[in-house]
Amino acid sequence: MDLERAKACIARVGGTNCDLELKVALEDLGLRTEILHMKEIVKKGLAEYQLLVFPGGFSYGDYVRAGAIWGKEVHSKIKSELQTFIEENKLVLGICNGFQVMIEAGILPDGEIAEVPKAALANNASSKYECRWVYVRVERGGTPFTEGLTNGEILRIPVGHGEGRFLPESEEVLRELIKDGCVLFRYALPSGDAADGEYPYNPNGSVYDIAGICNKRGNIMGMMPHPERAFFGWQLPEGSDSLYGDGKKIFQGIIKYLEDY
Amino acid sequence: MREGLIRALRGLPVVEFDLSKAEDGDLLEISRTMGLALSLGEMRAIKGHFSRPLTDVELQTFGQTWSEHCIHKTFKGIIEVEGGRVNGLLKEYIMKATRELNKPWCYSVFEDNAGLIEFDRGYLVAAKVETHNHPSAVEPFGGAATGVGGVIRDILGVWGEPIANTDVLCFGPLDLPYESLPPGMKHPKYIYKGVVAGIGSYGNNMGIPTVSGAIFFDSGYVGNPVVYCGCVGILPKELYIKNTKEGDYAVLAGGRTGRDGIHGVTFASADLLEDTDTLRPAVQIPNPLIEERLRRAIISIRDRRLASGITDLGGGGISCATGEMAHRSGLGIEVNLDVVHLKEPDLAPWEIWVSESQERMLLSVPGSNLSDVLEIFENEDLEACVLGRFDESGKLRVRYRDFTVCDLDLEFLYHPPRVTRRSCKVEYLPVPCNVPEPKDITEELLRLLSDPNIRSREEVVRTYDHEVRGCTAIKPLQGDLAGPNDAAVIKPLKDSWMGVVISCGINPFYPDPYWMAAASIEEAIRNNASVGGRRVALLDNFVWGNPEREDRMGSLVRAAEACYEFSKAFDAPFISGKDSLYNESPLGPVRPTLLITGIGILPDIRKAVTVHLKKEGDPLYVLGITKDELAGSAYLRSKGINGGECPKVDAKTSKEIIRALTKAIDSGLVAACHDVSEGGIGVAAAEMAMASGLGLSLDLRDVPSEVKRSDLVLFSESTSRFLVEVKKDRLREFEEVFQGVIHGRAGVVGGRTFKIVGLDGKTWEASISELRRAWRGG
Repeated sequence: MDLERAKACIARVGGTNCDLELKVALEDLGLRTEILHMKEIVKKGLAEYQLLVFPGGFSYGDYVRAGAIWGKEVHSKIKSELQTFIEENKLVLGICNGFQVMIEAGILPDGEIAEVPKAALANNASSKYECRWVYVRVERGGTPFTEGLTNGEILRIPVGHGEGRFLPESEEVLRELIKDGCVLFRYALPSGDAADGEYPYNPNGSVYDIAGICNKRGNIMGMMPHPERAFFGWQLPEGSDSLYGDGKKIFQGIIKYLEDY
Repeated sequence: MREGLIRALRGLPVVEFDLSKAEDGDLLEISRTMGLALSLGEMRAIKGHFSRPLTDVELQTFGQTWSEHCIHKTFKGIIEVEGGRVNGLLKEYIMKATRELNKPWCYSVFEDNAGLIEFDRGYLVAAKVETHNHPSAVEPFGGAATGVGGVIRDILGVWGEPIANTDVLCFGPLDLPYESLPPGMKHPKYIYKGVVAGIGSYGNNMGIPTVSGAIFFDSGYVGNPVVYCGCVGILPKELYIKNTKEGDYAVLAGGRTGRDGIHGVTFASADLLEDTDTLRPAVQIPNPLIEERLRRAIISIRDRRLASGITDLGGGGISCATGEMAHRSGLGIEVNLDVVHLKEPDLAPWEIWVSESQERMLLSVPGSNLSDVLEIFENEDLEACVLGRFDESGKLRVRYRDFTVCDLDLEFLYHPPRVTRRSCKVEYLPVPCNVPEPKDITEELLRLLSDPNIRSREEVVRTYDHEVRGCTAIKPLQGDLAGPNDAAVIKPLKDSWMGVVISCGINPFYPDPYWMAAASIEEAIRNNASVGGRRVALLDNFVWGNPEREDRMGSLVRAAEACYEFSKAFDAPFISGKDSLYNESPLGPVRPTLLITGIGILPDIRKAVTVHLKKEGDPLYVLGITKDELAGSAYLRSKGINGGECPKVDAKTSKEIIRALTKAIDSGLVAACHDVSEGGIGVAAAEMAMASGLGLSLDLRDVPSEVKRSDLVLFSESTSRFLVEVKKDRLREFEEVFQGVIHGRAGVVGGRTFKIVGLDGKTWEASISELRRAWRGG
């Protein structure tokens, strides 16, 4: 579709706090973006949007478990709305707390909005909040979120979370994820090899160094690192002469997908 | 208490005091039992002003409004000094410098909740730094978290969108033996962990990056830990609206009001009324989730210009917020306590009135916008109530269950009797110090790098989100190797390359209060300049002991004098400040500590300079002169030696160096820069190397210096110095810029090791990984 007609919805609830920088990134690429409170989403639905983003933050203070309350709210209030959204091959993206919400809501790994989550984003192995730049390796290019990225490419993106250790329910779930090409991003060493659990390259102790996953169809993706914080070149720790940083590449894929949608 | 002085009001949880019958002893007893902390003079002034009995609500209003915390009576008071008197530290020193400098870019200083300076494209930058020492000593997590929450509300209170937090923390030594703690005092390790967690938790939850700070350990902070919390915000100038009018409504929004944070709640009001309810003493309880929603609502009200004024609720709670807003607007107000949302139902009116429950803001709203404002709060799931209405009475009136429980003249309330404090002369007289010349300089350096006051702060800083909002251009930690950048740079506006540069200067170990303050001011400016910042505005935060003691007061006066002189000399006005006095414990007074926060600008953040070495073969320069100034230095402290000369500041030289450095940075000649502070050139050079993984060699014979010993050149803490990596191919230009300014080409980047050539030509060497092991801990 014509990009001018496309529209993104950044969802928020009390405690969401990464919505503004996301809007800046999406609008920079020419995508109209609205930040909508859950209450408004419940009221007006998602029909007019092609991209739904669950941004980072501390939804409802994360007082139970990161993302748990908002996850349940998604389940109880907009489940069928979201189901339709997904079935129409529209895009759903969760970043950091948004990823936690999607896991808690059961949207990922399956994309089926399961009753019981099949994975968890547990407390970091370091048992601390960690804010640092990591090396993210692209495991599978060419999906809606990795359009234009090649397998093995390394992206510089920061993380900032206390609960990001991806923990699948079972070995079986992990095998499926790998087999189906649903592991999109893994934490890596500066050399490009997978971090293999090595701290701090794998900042949270994620199983299989998982930093981001998608559903089989590839239209739903969740990741712990924050591409919106690595969108512009000047945001990089070393500075950069180029206008954009690696985070842009992920959003670029989204734009391409929407243009073809 | 004597009979006839006190009487319960029929049917109301309110008591009245008949001060006309009260003798001096009674006045003091009332002040004490009511937890008013008012002096006899102040109580007499109240007694003299009224011919009618006063309610407890009214007396509490005086207690709060006339408190050191709210009105800064020491800083505004008269001070007797040797051979004269100072007519107020604020007026005679700190604000005087600002007034005389009269900078057109100072938009609002020392007036509102935060200082406001001009930024780019019609925007203002707001800055404020607070202390939260006492609460953090009692309940470290909650105390520190509410410190952050409070200073964020100061920024919201000038309609600012918070863009960055800062924190500077001082604790007792973490390895303090438990036996040496007086009963009831908490161990520094417990306080340290709680405070760090509290600061991280609040800032991270609010989505405000914590970007700048420092941590100190010293026995002078065992009984009195120090917690400074700062916040920087941004707002369009045209939306800075403070225009409360008669007829506007006072809207209270945010968290509920409860018994948390009521001053001295343990006092015997239960005895007075024979009330069996046990009042529970509690530190305020932080809830960043409410403040996050409050921020959204307030920014949206601001952008739609729906309110005529705003202020935060901090010390003194509703009593101070309503009184101040009415007084500042030349109005009066009638407040209705019945509508306040309470955490528990049975609060006495005076408790509602002075409670310092967190996450509350007060707005003045014209009637025509009232429903819109209330709707915005409702949409953010926030409780709000119409607390009262502004009028032209000039009075502060409070209604409770249809009774007037407070009716005070604002003019009288806001003109308390001035206090007079006495001081004695405090001066550091240098005694020669005898430092044995070390055999192995490398060993000394490694020991310093592992000093608790110099070590890497990565462990703490990583737990603070410093990237959220996506505006952090220069981070507190540089790159994977976590080099300590001298200042943080925030790029707050999408369409402007201008950055806000946030730095701090603090030298609590320098023994002379005057030079300690001077060095702190210079350090804040130097740290700013080190990344490319300029046009620095200053914030002062004094943490001192009991000002009623002459020696505490004496050193305070000296520090304030330096603030005036060096603010003037550096052309850097103070825009906001705060003092925290009475930091005393059974272990004695707090180590007098002055934090200077610097807020500079950088016209183009792409020109910002970081700390890590960039390229083999680049020359290293030392700017500024090294003198025999080691009093209070990390080097001497690590050896337990007192004495020596206190580092002094020569403003003229310092300004020349900074001016030239700024020019060099703007011209793109500088590859890396680090200010020389704690641990001297040795530590600064090591940090630059560790931040990059590159080696370097430094020849002390080429360092501009008046010192004759290698270890002293390396570890002296003379001010006004930088270590600079210059791009090799721009060498000549750099030399031109620095013609006539003290500098020395003293080294080169490269090699695999950290190499020092001593004054005698002898070479000392350490591997970078060895340095890093010491600095980061084994």
